[in-house]
Amino acid sequence: MLSEVIQGMWVTIKHSLRSRETVQYPEVKEEMPVGYRGLHKLLLWEDGLERCVGCKLCSAACPVDCIYVESAENDPGNPTSKGERYASIYEINELRCIFCGYCEEACPVGAVVLGNQYEFCEDDRDKFIYEKGDLLVGSMEEVPELKARYSEQKLLKYV
Amino acid sequence: MSTEGTNTAAREPDILGPIRTETMTLNMGPQHPSTHGVLRVLLELEGESVVGCKPEIGYLHTGIEKNMEVKTYNKALPMTDRMDYLAPMSNNLGYVLAVEKLLDMEVPRRCKYLRVLLAEMTRIQSHLVWLGTHALDLGAMTVFLYCFREREAIIKIFEKVSGVRMMTSYFRVGGVAREPYAEFYDDCRRFLDAFPEKMDDYEELLTDNPIFLRRTESVCAISAEKAIALGVTGPLLRASGVDYDIRKKEPYSGYEEFDFEVPLGSAGDVYDRYCVRIAEMRQAHRIAMQALDGMPEGPLQADNPKVVPPPKEQLAHDMEALIHHFKIFTEGYHVPAGEVYQVIESPRGELGYYIISDGSPSPYKVKVRAPSFSNLFALPEMVKGGMFGDVVAALGSVDIVLGEIDR
Ligand code: SF4
Ligand code: SF4
Repeated sequence: MLSEVIQGMWVTIKHSLRSRETVQYPEVKEEMPVGYRGLHKLLLWEDGLERCVGCKLCSAACPVDCIYVESAENDPGNPTSKGERYASIYEINELRCIFCGYCEEACPVGAVVLGNQYEFCEDDRDKFIYEKGDLLVGSMEEVPELKARYSEQKLLKYV
Repeated sequence: MSTEGTNTAAREPDILGPIRTETMTLNMGPQHPSTHGVLRVLLELEGESVVGCKPEIGYLHTGIEKNMEVKTYNKALPMTDRMDYLAPMSNNLGYVLAVEKLLDMEVPRRCKYLRVLLAEMTRIQSHLVWLGTHALDLGAMTVFLYCFREREAIIKIFEKVSGVRMMTSYFRVGGVAREPYAEFYDDCRRFLDAFPEKMDDYEELLTDNPIFLRRTESVCAISAEKAIALGVTGPLLRASGVDYDIRKKEPYSGYEEFDFEVPLGSAGDVYDRYCVRIAEMRQAHRIAMQALDGMPEGPLQADNPKVVPPPKEQLAHDMEALIHHFKIFTEGYHVPAGEVYQVIESPRGELGYYIISDGSPSPYKVKVRAPSFSNLFALPEMVKGGMFGDVVAALGSVDIVLGEIDR
């Protein structure tokens, strides 16, 4: 009996000398891998125009129907997107979202993308319906990890 | 655990059968760490021994099967992860194989190998959670920490390959969601190379440990006949000595090309279940290694533009691809009318998907045969006549996932 206990203790001692696996969250944060499915972002083209053309494909692809899009005609003199239309309303209910990534797969222009952010909180359930202003990035420099994934050349531009 | 007072048999005669004197009804769960989820076990005790046991399920009912009927085949897929959340890839696999059978579609060999590799990693991962929690139930804290450390390594690989840790939705009808990342195979190899040594550590802590042996040997055994009669499958059945593994009996996804053994027990007690699962992890490691070494070259997705979305780059210059892309994501694809039953060997046993199609883009009916469901209802058979303390050991050895039982 004693020998097994000593054997077991030996394993424990051996392991206690190895390096730690624990991460001191939230002081230390882990780097999320490329292609992580976190909070959504709406991306821009290099010239600052919105990518989303309001085609509603993301909303059709969503298994839980948590995306609402309304589209409008672009003003030719001052376009919002590169297509004929743009999304005048774009809302995602982040409480309902299951982060499956189907919207990203469906979007033909790489406009809606699941980013690296995994911590977000609000003090009211209603505030979790993220609108276009919450989702749209200011510039592509803000999201370097997404910029690399959705390079310009590869994608449909509708122009 | 909360007592409900004595002589409650009089109050709930239909649950516990004829009235006996001086028995006590004890509620184990629904909030109890050893029930591994939201499960309530009604125990009827006579002193320390168990005379009756009735598992009460339904606390986690989510209506997944019904919900699938109103979604297209693609949209129904993420829900399969959420049934057995410890083995998401296995659940995806069963579902996509069933739909592929209905579509009469063959996926490329590389895809099959990748699926086998990930399904076996899932098996290791799921068994690690089982081993950790089971050992913890029986008082061995350290094993739990080690098991979760190794599980974390697998989960990290899953996270990188699919985008999230647990709800992977990685296998898709006709292929996988995306090409694995560049260092995927190296990561898998690094993990698999180091794994056998870790297994030796767990075994050193448990296999010959006299305390562990006393809590598991000849405890809550179930005979082969009884197990078969109750529809028990998976490691539980094999621990009773029945050689039944779907991977051998009805090979799917190219399992016939792999060389592995089916570990069997003899006594069917808690210790045998432990041994079978430990041996199974080693076999899963062996299969995963073979899949990794023999990973063929070639395409990953099936050549069926009506079902598999085209690569995004193609949309920019190929009108036809764009049309298919739009159709797949709006309407879905039509699946020929018919019905299919596809079984796979999930870490918990025989996982079956019965799908009826009426030719529309959504399934007419989906029925899941969840292994945990049948296995859990062997629990009364196991614990009756035994000691009260052994219920925890038995429940841990069944390895249930309540999400899958209630669906
Ligand atoms: S991640 Fe999935 S659930 Fe969330 S918005 Fe996109 S498609 Fe809908
Ligand atoms: S985000 Fe993409 S899919 Fe959704 S409406 Fe905009 S362009 Fe279409």
